[in-house]
Amino acid sequence: MPTVSMTVNGKPTTAEAEGRTLLVEFLRGPLGLTGTHVGCDTSQCGACVVHVNGEAVKACTMFAAEAEGADVQTIEGMANADGSLGVIQQAFQDHHGLQCGFCTPGMVMSAAALLKENPKPTETEIRDYLEGNICRCTGYHNIVKAIMAASGQDVTAIAAE
Amino acid sequence: MYDFELVKPTTVEEAVAALSGDEAQPLGGGQTLIPTMKQRLAMPGTLVSTSGIASMKGVSASGGVLTVGGATTHGTVAAEAASSYPALAALAGGIGDPAVRNRGTVGGSLANNDPAACYPAGLLGSGGVVVTNTREIAADDFFQGMFTTALEEGELITAVKFNIPEKAAYAKFAQPASRFPLTAAFVAKTSDGVRVAITGASEEGVFRWTEAEEALSSNFSADAVDGLSVDADGMIGDIHGTPAYRAHLVKVMTKRAVTAAG
Repeated sequence: MPTVSMTVNGKPTTAEAEGRTLLVEFLRGPLGLTGTHVGCDTSQCGACVVHVNGEAVKACTMFAAEAEGADVQTIEGMANADGSLGVIQQAFQDHHGLQCGFCTPGMVMSAAALLKENPKPTETEIRDYLEGNICRCTGYHNIVKAIMAASGQDVTAIAAE
Repeated sequence: MYDFELVKPTTVEEAVAALSGDEAQPLGGGQTLIPTMKQRLAMPGTLVSTSGIASMKGVSASGGVLTVGGATTHGTVAAEAASSYPALAALAGGIGDPAVRNRGTVGGSLANNDPAACYPAGLLGSGGVVVTNTREIAADDFFQGMFTTALEEGELITAVKFNIPEKAAYAKFAQPASRFPLTAAFVAKTSDGVRVAITGASEEGVFRWTEAEEALSSNFSADAVDGLSVDADGMIGDIHGTPAYRAHLVKVMTKRAVTAAG
């Protein structure tokens, strides 16, 4: 079987992959990085969002071999170096931005991509950006609130409707 | 999904050579093709990825024409065409969601010619040409019905040239789950007249609404289409909307696009 090499969360990695091996299968299988979830497997739900060369993509709808040589970041790479939660992760905890937690890896990765291109998004911009991330528990309010808080904005005015 | 061989050429010549193989097919961003393959509705023997072909990427504007490399993602078009052709940039920036836009390509969307895709309306509405490895195909000749185009076997979209109009806008009534247009209208006003392209509505795929074009060419205002009616015959009917509903949306979205174009 051919091998695929990429840098995942800063570490160079190489593993076997068929042409049809999806990036998410590559991450969860040989690399054992099961933080990236498979929800719908049809590129609707966004639970599998990771960053490839800094851009958010749905890892269930990209072949691993397409990420050959790429710099990939997953939810496992979002914590601080000392193992404590990163700013976005901490905000999700502080503002109850999750209930069952299944969508959370994708939500955090999408949020990180948003804040990189738009450091102080409005509530509407956050909701627009999360178009491709589905949560069945929270009703999104606390996710939006967590992302606003992570961007350093005051969230006291945002009602928990 | 069925197994296949994935090839990653770095030049158009290598890609075309790989596409001459049996059951070979180009792979753009795969945002439609990969889900289709998972359902085993497509089973290519070889997929020829365009993502590593540098000459097929990028956005440039000159002489009233916006040229977009065939492997350019929607996200790149949304960002890089924003100043030269804002209506098209807005169309690209409204496709799917951010992660889909970071992978999906203009060439892939046009080659697939989904009857509810956004880009076919953008190209047919703008006028322009599809550039392949062998020829240039006029926008008016390219779309040949649902999921059907003028492309030959093994032909690859290397670039797409959009005519930049005086003003234009795209108005999409999005199906909220898929984010594809239930019906959308792209309206472009040029010195030669007005073009109106409708997607999501017809069983034949994207089409030009010529009655509206004539009406708008003499009076570019939303009122100009008030007196027109759209035949529900041949419109798509599904759980999201009847043919009559879509026929109605054709007019509503055209009016919204005209108003947005200003």
